[in-house]
Amino acid sequence: MAIADDTHRSITTDRAPSWHERIPAAWWVLGAILLFMPVVANDFILFQVFGWTFILGMIALSLMFLAGYGGMVSLIQMSVAAMAGYMVAIFGTSGIAEISMNLPWWFYLPLAVLIATIFGTLVGALAVRTEGIYTIMITLAIASAFFYFTRQNYGIFNGYTGFNLVVPPQLFGVDWRQPVPFYYLTLGCAVLAYLAVQYVSRSPFGLALQGVRDNPRRMGALGFNVVAHRIAAYAFASVIAAAGGILLVWQNAQIAPGTAGIGAVIDILVIAVIGGIGKPIGAFIGALIYVLLSTFAPDLLMSLGLSGERFNLIIGLGFLALVFWSPDGVLGMWDRYQARRLKRADPLIGGDAP
Amino acid sequence: MNVAAISSHADRIGSVSSGNALELRGVTKLFGALAAISDITLTVRSGERRAVLGSNGAGKTTLFNCVTGDFFPTSGTIRLFGEDVTHFPAYERIRRGLRRTYQISLLFGGLTVSDNVYLACRGVSRGRFSLLRTRRTDPLRRRVEELVDAVNLTTASDMLVSELSYGQQRQLEIALALAGAPRLILFDEPAAGLSPTERSELISILTSLPGHIGYVIIEHDMDVALRVAESVTMMHNGRVFKEGTPQEIEDDPEVQALYLGHGGD
Repeated sequence: MAIADDTHRSITTDRAPSWHERIPAAWWVLGAILLFMPVVANDFILFQVFGWTFILGMIALSLMFLAGYGGMVSLIQMSVAAMAGYMVAIFGTSGIAEISMNLPWWFYLPLAVLIATIFGTLVGALAVRTEGIYTIMITLAIASAFFYFTRQNYGIFNGYTGFNLVVPPQLFGVDWRQPVPFYYLTLGCAVLAYLAVQYVSRSPFGLALQGVRDNPRRMGALGFNVVAHRIAAYAFASVIAAAGGILLVWQNAQIAPGTAGIGAVIDILVIAVIGGIGKPIGAFIGALIYVLLSTFAPDLLMSLGLSGERFNLIIGLGFLALVFWSPDGVLGMWDRYQARRLKRADPLIGGDAP
Repeated sequence: MNVAAISSHADRIGSVSSGNALELRGVTKLFGALAAISDITLTVRSGERRAVLGSNGAGKTTLFNCVTGDFFPTSGTIRLFGEDVTHFPAYERIRRGLRRTYQISLLFGGLTVSDNVYLACRGVSRGRFSLLRTRRTDPLRRRVEELVDAVNLTTASDMLVSELSYGQQRQLEIALALAGAPRLILFDEPAAGLSPTERSELISILTSLPGHIGYVIIEHDMDVALRVAESVTMMHNGRVFKEGTPQEIEDDPEVQALYLGHGGD
C-alpha cells in the first residue's frame, strides 16, 4: 500500500526526533547533488535533461496523487498541463500578437493555474462517477477531444500552429530561460510539489482519499462524501499539473496541440508506472528514466546501425519488461531488493545463519 | 476492558434523547422480482438494544443496508431520530449519529489501526477536507487513542490493519462504529468467527456501552444475541415474523420450530 512506509512510527524513542533528524541521510546527499549540479553539469544536461525531468515529473506526480492515493487513473493530467500552458500564451506574451493579451505575469500566472484547475476539476467531476478502466476511457476521450479542439480552433488556440515565443517573464533581472536559472526554477517547483503531495498525504484530506481508494463504501459509512472527496483530489492534482504545464511551455518556448497529443498523454502514464505509482518520488524517477531514454536512446540506436527514430521502441520494450517483472515500477524493485537484503542479514532466517 | 474511555467520551454527548431512534414504515426492497425485504415496519426506541434474528436469506443485512443508505428502499419510509432520511445518502445518515459494522470487515488495510479510527472520528467532525496535518496534541487524536484503548488494541495502534488477526479486525470494526457521537449502531454479526474469549470480550464491550447508545445487532449466535439485547425481532423470508423480549422469543414454539429446528417441548 502506498503509505505503508510512512505510517510505521517508532514508539520506543525517548523523545520525538526533530525534523532534520527524521530525514534519511540519502535525502541529504540527493539534495546536495541536485543543489550543486550546475557546478559539474553542462547547459544541455541542466536544461534539457533535468529541466524536462522535473517538469514531466510534476505532471506525472499529479497522476501519482490521483492514482496512488485516490485509486483513480486519470489520463487528463497532460491536457490540464497544456491548458495552463495555453492560458499563459493567450493571456501573456507570445509570437501570435493578434491573440496574446500581454497581461502582466502576476495576473496571467494565477489565472492560468485557476482555469486549468477548473478544467481538471470539471473533468474529474465527470470521471469520478466511473471506476477502473472506465475512468481511463473517459479521461482519454476528453484528452483526445481537447487535442482535436485545440487543433481545429483558431480563434483562441491558434489551431495547428499553436503559439511560439512564449518565455518566462524577466524577474529580479534574471532571464529564467537560461539553463542555470531554469534548472533552479524547475527544481524549486518540483521540490515544492513533492513536499506538498507528501504533506497532504498525511493530512485529513489525504488520509481520507486513501480511505476512499481502499474502500469507498466504508468511507460513506464513516460520514465522508466520497464523490466530493474524489473531485477535490482532481482539483489538487490539477494545480500541480498546471504548474508543470506552465514550466513546460516556458521550456519549449512554444505550445501546440501536439503538447497534449495522445502520445504525450500516454507518456505521463508510462512515466508514473515506470517510476512506481505508490510513492511521490516514483514520478520523478520515472521521468528521469523517460527523459534519459528519449534523449540518449537515438544515439545508442544509431551507434548500433539502427534508425534513431526508433527510440520509442526502447522505451516500449523497457516498459514491457518492467510491468512484467515489477508491476510496481522501479521503486517496487528497490523495495524488494531491500527486503531481500534485510532477510539475508537476519541471523535467524538469513543466508548467513549457521 | 477499558470501557471508561467510551463512557467518558459519551458523557460529552449530552443527555439521553427521548423518542424513537429508528422508525421503519412499510419498507420493501426489490432486487428485480425478488423481494429481499417486504413491508417491514419496525420501531427502535432511543437507547434500546435490539437483536434481529433469522436464518440466512431472511433479509437482515438488506434491512441494515436500507437503514444506512447503502441501498435505497423500493418503497416505504425510514425515519432516524424523527427525521425522514429515506432518500439521504449514507454520509448524511452517519452525521446524524447512525453507525454500523459490517459482516465482512471493511477496513482500510493500507492504513494503521490509529489512522483507521482517526478517519472514523474525522468523518463525523469538521475539517474532512483540511490540507493541514492534525497535530499529535489535537483533541481528535486523543479521542482516537481512547477508542483504540477501549477495544483493547493499544499495542497494535501503529500496526497496519492488514497485519492484524481476524479477531483484532473485528474489534477495530467496533472502534470505528464508536467514533464521534454514535446514537444508534447497527452491528452486523460482530461475533462471527471469534474465539470464545473474544466473544466474551465482545459481550462485555456491548453491555458496557453508555445507556444512551442504542443498537440493533444481527447475530446468529443465540447466546450472544440474547445476552446483549433487551428486545428481539425475528425475521423470516424478508418479513418481520415475531417481536418480543429475549425470553418470549426463546420460549415461542413457532420460533423454536423455525429457528432451532425442533418443537417447543
